[in-house]
Amino acid sequence: MASLKDMRVRISSVKATQKITKAMQMVAAAKLRRSQDAAQNARPYATRMAAVIANLAAGVSGDSAPKLLTGAGRSQRHLIVVAAADRGLAGGFTTSIVRVARDRIAALLAEGKDVKIVTIGKKAVPPLRRLYGDRIVESFDLSAERTLTLSVAQPIADRIIQLYDAGDVDVVTLYFSRFKSVVSQTPTALQLIPAQVEGGAVTDLQGATYEYEPSEEGILETLLPRNITVQVLSALLENMAGFYASQMTAMDNATRNAGDMIKGLTVQYNRTRQAQITKELIEIISGAEAL
Amino acid sequence: MAEKLHFSLVAPERAVFSGEVDRVDAPGAEGDFGVLAGHAPFMTALREGVVVVHDGATTRTFEIHGGFADVNAQGLTILAEHAVEA
Repeated sequence: MASLKDMRVRISSVKATQKITKAMQMVAAAKLRRSQDAAQNARPYATRMAAVIANLAAGVSGDSAPKLLTGAGRSQRHLIVVAAADRGLAGGFTTSIVRVARDRIAALLAEGKDVKIVTIGKKAVPPLRRLYGDRIVESFDLSAERTLTLSVAQPIADRIIQLYDAGDVDVVTLYFSRFKSVVSQTPTALQLIPAQVEGGAVTDLQGATYEYEPSEEGILETLLPRNITVQVLSALLENMAGFYASQMTAMDNATRNAGDMIKGLTVQYNRTRQAQITKELIEIISGAEAL
Repeated sequence: MAEKLHFSLVAPERAVFSGEVDRVDAPGAEGDFGVLAGHAPFMTALREGVVVVHDGATTRTFEIHGGFADVNAQGLTILAEHAVEA
């Protein structure tokens, strides 16, 4: 049985923890709002770009099309890009992304494919390193970045394209968490190379044909790498919003758990205290009676 | 008044401008060009420069830094790497 003092110390320590989780929850809520705006503001650019590429892709003929669009015609070597969080204390945020990516890696390996991994975010590394450490070719750490802009996504996209151009990989897939709402973020796989073109997005030209300045290929050659950067950036922004949403929920739960714990401990503390008082009274009374 | 051109200017961080306008002048990689409603489908890379939006008597200018312009039946879309209203 813990002494009264031990219990007092325990209660105050849980209270201190509760204050921290409460503060973290509020910080996450504030950051969530900002990152949610950022993710939403970035969407028009990404969707417009996808539409432009769909228009272009509909026009280019098989052989002249850049490799980034059509792929190398193989699917033997896969590059899995896993984008997760840089910090923890966000419930199952990173775990859920990593789990989906890991399932895919296992499936690819079982098919006899070659798999390479690029990680984004510190927290993605440990769970993957344990199983597939030798397959990680590069790890990006974004914990020093305060705001996510194109210049953050650029080196990541450059590295992906460099691996692709060197012929080390045939298919590139990006794993991240799509932000649906505060309570729902879904781990999502997005194929970056060959570019995925949604057929429905093609604009009806009403019989006219596009004119290009400079050439069609020239535009595609600059547009496609840019598109990868934009896709990476929008994935990072979605991740950021999802991370704060997840952290907010996790910290809310933690605060509530701490509250329950304090309540339980306080009841126990009071019972013990009363029992002790009763015992002391009995001792005094029986002492007085003995006189 | 002739029909209007739907113009949207989007930067990676946000949509900068979207609306119906009379005319847009933009700095193409191979020369400046103007777009009116009903322009033929046209796609070009952009260089650093100024996009001027004419609507009635008002004009608005945006400084852009690289990007792409896409003209089709739906209107003109400029995807700029950086765009700020001048």
